Formats: sequence, structure tokens, C-alpha cells
Amino acid sequence: MAAAYLALLRGQVRSQTSYRASFTVDLVSNLLVTVGDVIAILVLFRVTTELAGFSRSEALVVVGLSACAFACADLAVGNIDQLRRYVRTGLLDALLVRPLGALPQLLAMDLPLRKVSRAGFGVTVLVVFLALADIDWTPSKVALAVAAPVGGAAFFAAVFIAGATVAFWWIESGELANSVTYGGREIAYYPMTVYEGAFRRLFGFGLGFAFVAYYPALALLGREDPLGLPGWVGWVAPAVALPAAGVAAVAWRVGIRHYRSTGS
Amino acid sequence: MSAVIEASALRKEFTVRVRTGRLRRTRRTVTAVDGIDLVVERGELLGYIGPNGAGKSTTLKMMTGILTPSGGSVRVCGLAPVPQRRRLARRIGVVFGQRSLLWWDLPLRESFDLLRHIYQVPAGDHAARLRRCRQRLELDEFLDVPVRQLSLGQRMRGEITAALLHGPEVLFLDEPTIGLDLLSREAVRGFIAELGARGDTTVVLTTHDLNDIERLCRRLVVIDRGRVVHDGTLESLHERFGSTRRVVVDLDEPLAEPVDLPGVTLVGTAAQGRRLTFSLDGVGAGALVARLAAVAELRDLSVVEPAIETVVARLYTAGSRDTAASRAGVAAGPDAEPAPGRSWRAPSPTPGTTAG
Repeated sequence: MAAAYLALLRGQVRSQTSYRASFTVDLVSNLLVTVGDVIAILVLFRVTTELAGFSRSEALVVVGLSACAFACADLAVGNIDQLRRYVRTGLLDALLVRPLGALPQLLAMDLPLRKVSRAGFGVTVLVVFLALADIDWTPSKVALAVAAPVGGAAFFAAVFIAGATVAFWWIESGELANSVTYGGREIAYYPMTVYEGAFRRLFGFGLGFAFVAYYPALALLGREDPLGLPGWVGWVAPAVALPAAGVAAVAWRVGIRHYRSTGS
Repeated sequence: MSAVIEASALRKEFTVRVRTGRLRRTRRTVTAVDGIDLVVERGELLGYIGPNGAGKSTTLKMMTGILTPSGGSVRVCGLAPVPQRRRLARRIGVVFGQRSLLWWDLPLRESFDLLRHIYQVPAGDHAARLRRCRQRLELDEFLDVPVRQLSLGQRMRGEITAALLHGPEVLFLDEPTIGLDLLSREAVRGFIAELGARGDTTVVLTTHDLNDIERLCRRLVVIDRGRVVHDGTLESLHERFGSTRRVVVDLDEPLAEPVDLPGVTLVGTAAQGRRLTFSLDGVGAGALVARLAAVAELRDLSVVEPAIETVVARLYTAGSRDTAASRAGVAAGPDAEPAPGRSWRAPSPTPGTTAG
């Protein structure tokens, strides 16, 4: 079975690299976009050295964790927003007549290789910011520093997929799904103390974006949560990916039963 | 014989939103497939025809696991298409005339190789099937060209090959000849005919090309507005709709007295009675010719087979009237017309005799 998906991936790699020049341009422009994101945050810290109770190096750990998680998720499943096009044009038919899962096929066939540069940059940023921060490293903290971006990436991936399934019901959903995913990334970039009341409760805790980077960062830095949650929360925060993945899986299964194809 | 496809009371409804005002929209349920019963035996070559929007593609998509039925049941190769989609996919092949299942940017050769891995076909079987398709469909000259650069006819030959490489038990062909030039169409048709003749693959074919039907299908299922309006051979279709063979004779002199033969009706006279057209119903042309030869001098004679275009067109009109009436619960007037946009796309009608 794995061989079948590998074959799909190979086909995708061969297709994309068959347009050599455009592939290189994409690779570079994608890198520039992510670099720009991080520069925007560094610029913020030129104006202030403290952000809602967090020092520059502490806040950058949050940035690093969320940037890395998002870039990896974007590489793996980011192009799921193409589902809209597949549903609208009925192209999904072609995937459904093959003896493979539709979702893995969709991901393998649309794997945005050009986003490899972004993911690589995300990992670099995380490593650099972790090194700059004043962290008292222990083996369990090393493990958390790996688990947090992995869990965060899985969480973002689930958000991407759940958001994309809206297209099964509402073809004209447009950029709605992207506003949740990209908006969520922006929220995860900053310490939760930046946000106020209802907004923080809804996006940080309700939708779970606080657990992507903020809580793992607190645990790594050995800081108490100004918002009052116990210290162990940061250590289990990466598990937020599990309920998110569950929701995404249900949304996908129900959605595909609603697929209507197109005339003829 | 065992049934490969079994559908009973199969239904599919879609909800559509219709704009009824500047902002207001109302939901309306459209029934695309309205209770279809169908049994297809192993090795059959079935023509599944109907006007645009009759529900042909929707039926095929329910049989291949793409669409979830709204009601009724369907089994293909003993499997339920949607819940067992992936298992079923190994045992069926699908060709959509209007949609490519190949890799747009890759040459056919590589697409075929990828399919071998996706379907996990043993290399030997794969090579043998590919060799046969390469010969019969003449693929060699464009095997290394990216699919996006192929002509429609070339691509379609590639699509059919792709659908057969894993040795499917059932092949679903949704308008495989649509938009093809004469030569490609003939190549595709010949290949399908051969496939049908070998009898180990069941073929379900939807088409708007009536020549495909005459050439390929022993059994015809005609659907209109989501219902089966005819299921049988082409001949039984002709019988049922009173389309008859005609005999046109040219005589030296007009007949002295009318021909009186059961089943023979004089339907036209021309050239001052020297050219007569008879329609035959249950009588052989031979009997009529023998009778005519006895009473007059025959100069020329031709037998005109019924054109399937007219039969099918008549069937759709009749069918839609039937269903409209049965749905409304009242008899529709004789002037009940099929809804606009549901016209039959017949190829340019071939006058005179059709090749039998």
C-alpha cells in the first residue's frame, strides 16, 4: 500500500519538476514569504523589548514553535485548499475510482514541493530561537522541543483538512477555510497574554491555538502561566493534535458522502 | 451466468438552490435517478443511453462508488460501491470521456507505470495487457509524449488502456467516443467490440453516438428522467416503437390494383405511381417482392432499415410523457413536450439504409 502512495508522490515530483524554471521561482518566492513573516515580528521587537510580560527571547520561542509547526503542516497538507477546485470541477471523481484513500491521494498529488523551502526555514528559525533563549535543557525538554512542533504541525494539518471539507457542502466557500488556518497561525505566533477575554477564550482555548506554541514554550522556559493553568499543561499540549485530528477525520468522512460530482 | 451488477430501486436526489429573487433562494430537490432496477450478467456489453440529464452518469457514479445513493441498493462484483470503494476499484475500470484520469504532465508510458504501482499489478500481467493495448490501439507513436500534448483521440486510447491495465472485471465507459474524429472513433469502437466479444469483461457503455450502439450493444437500457424506459435488444426496441423496415420499388408501369398482403402497408407513391414505398410489419421483404414481381415489371428495389435515431427520439418523447403523467397522477396532454434543453444529440442522420 505504501508503495502505491510512493508511486503517486513520484508522479507528483516528476510532474512538478517537469516545469523546471517555474519550480525554482516558486521555491525562492516561498522562502521569501516566510522570511518576511519572521522579519515582521523582529521589527516589532525593535520597538519594544517586552511583549505582554514576555521578553524578546521568550516570545521568539513561541514564534519559532508556531512558525515551524505551521510551515511543516503547510508543506504536508497545505494544498488541501485545492479540494475546492476538485469538488467544483468534479476532478475528485478521478481519485475516487482508484483503490486508494481519497485524502492521501489528494495530498500526494498536490504535495507542494515548492513549500519545502518554507518548512526548512521554519525548522531553522525554531532551532535558532531555541538556542538564543535561556533554556535549562534536560532530556525531557529536548523531547518536548521535538514533540511540540510535531504536535503543532499535526494540529494545523487537522485545521487545514477540516476547513477544506467545507467545500463539500458549500462550493462557494472561497477563502473562508484559509481565514481560519492563516488566522490561527497569526494567533499562535504571539503569547496568549497579548489577547483579551472572549477572543482569547474562543481562539486560544476553544479552537486550541494556545496549545500549539504558547504552552509548550512556557514549559520549555520553565515559566508559570500568567493565565493560571497548571504547569503540566505545557507538557501535554502537543496532544491537542489528537482531538483535532478526530474532528478533521469525521468532517472528511461525512463530507465525502456529500460529494455531488458534476453533470456527466 | 452470474450477475455482476445488481441495482434495485436505485435513487439519487440532489438538493439545488434556485435563485428566486435578488437575495432569496429556495431549495429544490431534483431527482436524477428515480428508482432504477438493473441486472447485468457477466460478459454482457450493455448500452446505457438516454438524453442529456437523464441520469446516465449519475447511475455510473453510484456504481463506481463516487456518489452515495439516496435510496435503493446497488452491488457491483458483489460489493457495495461506496463502503467498499477501494476493494471495488481494483475490480473495475472507468473511463470518463469528459475527464482525464491520466497524469497531465507525464508521458503515457509513465502514467501506465504509476498505475501498475497504484493497483499493485504483477509486472508480467501488466506488461502483457499493455502490449495488447499498444498493438490494438496503436499507442506506440505517442507513448512518450506528455498527456497534455496528446490529441483527444490519442488521449482517449490512453485512457482506455489505463482502465484495463489492472484487468478489471467490469469496464464502465462514460461517453468514450465523445468529440473523437471518425478514425479514432472507429479504433475505439473496434477495440470495445473485441473486448465484448472475448466475453471475460463486462462492459457498460453510455453514449450519445447511435452508431456505437448499433455496432456494439446487444442489450440496450434506455433511461429518461431517471427511469428505465426500455430494457432489451435493439430489435425489440424497433418492434416496440413500431419502427418498421421499408421497401421502395420502382416499376415500369403503375400497379393495376393495390397489393393486398397482411402486414404490408402502402405508405407512399411517387413518379405517377411508378415508385411505391411499403412498410413491413412482421412480413419479410421477400414475400412482398415475390408478390410484386408476379403482377408487375420491377425495375429497381431497395430495403430501408429503420433509423435508430428516430426510434430513440420517439422513445424519449414517449418516455417523458409517461413519467410526467405518472408523477403528476394525471394524464398529460398529447402535446406534452420534453423540457427544453433535453434534446437528443443525434449525429447527422444517415439517410437511406443503415449498415446492419
